[in-house]
Amino acid sequence: MTKPIIRFEHVSMNYNDSKLILDDISFELEEGKFYTLLGPSGCGKTTILRLIAGFMEPTQGDIYFDGELVNNIPANERQVNTVFQDYALFPHLNVFENVAFGLRIKKVNNKEVTERVLEALKFVSLAGFENREITEMSGGQRQRVAIARAIVNDPKVILLDEPLSALDLKLRSEMQYELRELQQRLGKTFVFVTHDQEEALAMSDEIFVMNEGKIQQSGTPLDIYDEPINRFVADFIGESNIVEGRMVRDYLVEFNGKQFECVDGGVKPNEKVDIIIRPEDLVITTQGAGMIDVEVDTQLFRGVHYELSTYDADGNEWLVHSTKKAEVGETIGLHFDPEDVHVMRLNETEEAFDIRMEAYGGAEDE
Amino acid sequence: MNKSNFRPWYMIPYMIWIAFFVIAPIVLIFYYSFFDITGAFTWTNYVDFFKSTYLILTINSFWYAFLITFFTLLIAYPTAYFITKTKHKQLWLLLVIVPSWINLLLKTYAFIGIMGLHGPINAFITALGFDQQQILFTDFSFVFVAVYIFIPFMILPIFNALDQLNPSYLDAAKDLGASGWTTFRKVIWPLTLNGVKSGVQVVFIPALSLFMITRLIAGNKVITLGTAIEQQFLVTQNWGMGSTIAVFLIIFMFIIMRLTATKEIGGKKHDKVK
Repeated sequence: MTKPIIRFEHVSMNYNDSKLILDDISFELEEGKFYTLLGPSGCGKTTILRLIAGFMEPTQGDIYFDGELVNNIPANERQVNTVFQDYALFPHLNVFENVAFGLRIKKVNNKEVTERVLEALKFVSLAGFENREITEMSGGQRQRVAIARAIVNDPKVILLDEPLSALDLKLRSEMQYELRELQQRLGKTFVFVTHDQEEALAMSDEIFVMNEGKIQQSGTPLDIYDEPINRFVADFIGESNIVEGRMVRDYLVEFNGKQFECVDGGVKPNEKVDIIIRPEDLVITTQGAGMIDVEVDTQLFRGVHYELSTYDADGNEWLVHSTKKAEVGETIGLHFDPEDVHVMRLNETEEAFDIRMEAYGGAEDE
Repeated sequence: MNKSNFRPWYMIPYMIWIAFFVIAPIVLIFYYSFFDITGAFTWTNYVDFFKSTYLILTINSFWYAFLITFFTLLIAYPTAYFITKTKHKQLWLLLVIVPSWINLLLKTYAFIGIMGLHGPINAFITALGFDQQQILFTDFSFVFVAVYIFIPFMILPIFNALDQLNPSYLDAAKDLGASGWTTFRKVIWPLTLNGVKSGVQVVFIPALSLFMITRLIAGNKVITLGTAIEQQFLVTQNWGMGSTIAVFLIIFMFIIMRLTATKEIGGKKHDKVK
């Protein structure tokens, strides 16, 4: 089950000797899992996808596919298929022929082509659409044709390049479920690229958060959400309150002039750290009853919850998500538990972070 | 167009133009085609057209037009392809188009000079120690010059088609296992076919009725429908026969236009269906 299918070893990439797109990337992808490369535009996530697909060669480093070095293997000889951002469905071919494209090139006999194409279309709930023209299909349907065109070739890995970005919100969340379910039924490795953290959290087995050509952090959605390694990850994944603080000793941290219990350790006493508390972990109480007192500045109704922007006496902003309403201008207390306080060391490497988490951070996973 | 804003009288200058310079001449040609050289009404022009001389002429015309179109396409397609791959495509395209701005007659005369017995090509050949060659007034020179003149007209529509081709189609084809040649055959060519058809149209149809190049470069050794019309009108003074050939030429042109009519790819007419 956990056989590595793709391995990057110290891969770097730059275009025309100018800007570094990927900076010494190493990772391993296991068979049958749903991976997401998450990051802002220009972080290099699509470049990784194109390297796996074989559309480009790395400037440095090695890429292994199923144990074999594939640096120089062109895209048309790799057992990888891509679902493109704009789907790239061939407009001169109908749905059937689009899906059959890969099989026809492999000279599969007609009977088998028909069987496999119809099966693939059924898989993406498009049975009966095979004679339609591409222009007659809606955005969501085109998306599914693109997926069918990829899976019909029975590749080992399916790459998806922001395939949901062109869809409207409702369809997008529907497709999230569908994609996840599809991946589990197929049991194939999916590598999904997105800049949408919600998508990443909802679908992935493992997320790689990227920024400026580097993998900032990798882990399960829960790990990354609960224990972001640095400010960037904390900010990018979900909303967060980040304040500067100081580690007093293991399990005790100081910020806002007060000391609070936490579940983190392994940091030198008195080291400067960033503290993150998620807005939904803050519970509104009456003034003085919580850990800190804040004044409500604005309040937005977000549907499921209220979003409160509040300020403490030191002028730090605290974002609060609560189903309870507060009054603007009112001073309220905010309560949080020790496990809600996440401590991030400045400039910690992922390796060191993992070791420290192993030793100290397990409290809430148990 | 919005009906309430539609002003039919804006069309009047255009309508006048069409009436005087398109419809009237065609009607006149059709009318004259029913008279013989003495001015008497006759059907013989049409009967004569199906006699061997004119049929051979027609086949000849089609054959040369085909050759010219074929070689033009053979040169224009790769050229257009490489222009789309260059860094300064608009500049390269301009360089290809610029010669088409120069008067046709001037260019043709230039070729007479270049290909003539005392021209630079023969000078080069004799310098290499070979005998002087008759280049002008051959089939080769005729096709060569015609191809040269038509190339920009073929490159332009093909370039546009190639330039509009979404590069992710090429990635997709490659991703699905297609080699470079297969990608060309199964994706690039069918998606640029409309450009090719337009190019073929703008080359084949004028090539069918060429007479000036036929006259000056081929020295009337190649007789085509165009030269035949000229002969009938100016030399034989048989306007009736000249008109009859012109009528057939017009019919051929319509047939070719139908054959090379471009289709919207992927059934665009259904585009509104969501």
